[in-house]
Amino acid sequence: MKPGIAGTLESNDAVFTVRPASTRHVVISSVVDAFYHDQIAQVIETTLNELGIDGLDVLCEDKGALDYTLRARLIAAIRRMEA
Amino acid sequence: MIQNADVFGADALIFDLEDAVAAHEKDAARLLLAGFLAKARPQEVRVYVRINGLDTPLACTDLEAVVGDAVDGIVLPKAGLAEVMELSTILHNLEAQKGLEKKIAILPIVETAKSLVEVEEIAKLSRLDGILLGAEDLSADMEFERTKAGTEIEYPRARIAFACKAARIEAIDTPFTDTNDPDGLREDCLHSQSLGMNAKAAIHPNQIETIHAVFSPSPKRIEWALRIRAAARKAGEQNLGVFSLDGKMVDKPIIDRAEKILRAAERFGLLPEERA
Repeated sequence: MKPGIAGTLESNDAVFTVRPASTRHVVISSVVDAFYHDQIAQVIETTLNELGIDGLDVLCEDKGALDYTLRARLIAAIRRMEA
Repeated sequence: MIQNADVFGADALIFDLEDAVAAHEKDAARLLLAGFLAKARPQEVRVYVRINGLDTPLACTDLEAVVGDAVDGIVLPKAGLAEVMELSTILHNLEAQKGLEKKIAILPIVETAKSLVEVEEIAKLSRLDGILLGAEDLSADMEFERTKAGTEIEYPRARIAFACKAARIEAIDTPFTDTNDPDGLREDCLHSQSLGMNAKAAIHPNQIETIHAVFSPSPKRIEWALRIRAAARKAGEQNLGVFSLDGKMVDKPIIDRAEKILRAAERFGLLPEERA
């Protein structure tokens, strides 16, 4: 299965790259990492829980995205991976 | 960009899922917009979404994603009479399915010859709060050259203006596509206003001030709004939410409209000094 990619590197956006995996593995690279790393991780975890996804390799390159943007980009990447 | 949309003072915002979004990004754009509307919907401004045409498989997916309390209206491209009626039915069903109390408006874009010859019938349909002229696509459909002078769209502008005035809805002019020509924008606004159009779409924040200045309320409308405000205050003192003025019922939407006129008048220094 090909990776799913969604988002941009513009300010206030994020790029998510997701690949199938047997477990969850999340890597976050954020311009506001010092302040918001945990919050970004929480959004990712919550979204994966809602979608019932136990195994996924997630790379998040964040440029200051708000929670709704993170969630939307992650879901888009997952759907593109599954398409 | 969308999260800053409300800082520029526009009366309404149109979030575009159609021509502004590349084909391979439609899925992501739809998700992003739905999330934005659910979590960060701008306040104090009407919110519209331009969906993809009903002749595409994307339209229904767009509507399913965005129809909700956060959206005031749907902008429909290539809107003919049949398309507007179809959209009205779809919205009716979605509103019922989602348990919405509000009725979502339709803002059709008249941008084909067929749409223009049907405009009087389109304007009579319920849900419409205006009609938007799409001159670029109309020019392509008609195979005439689009110019800054706009002589080629005199007839469409006037016809839409008359149809909208008869139906008591907004006649919204086509955008002025040169974002670096403020004088040209002003001339274009004045010209469309002279033909009866009472609003204009902007494609850049730097156009909003000029558009407001041209289409700001007339002294007659300001006077009407002041009378509504005074009567509403008096009614409020008597704990009346609805009252009559000049034989016509006045309720919250009318009071809100009057206050909007007065805010616009105040912004442009149009309120009579003793009423400011």
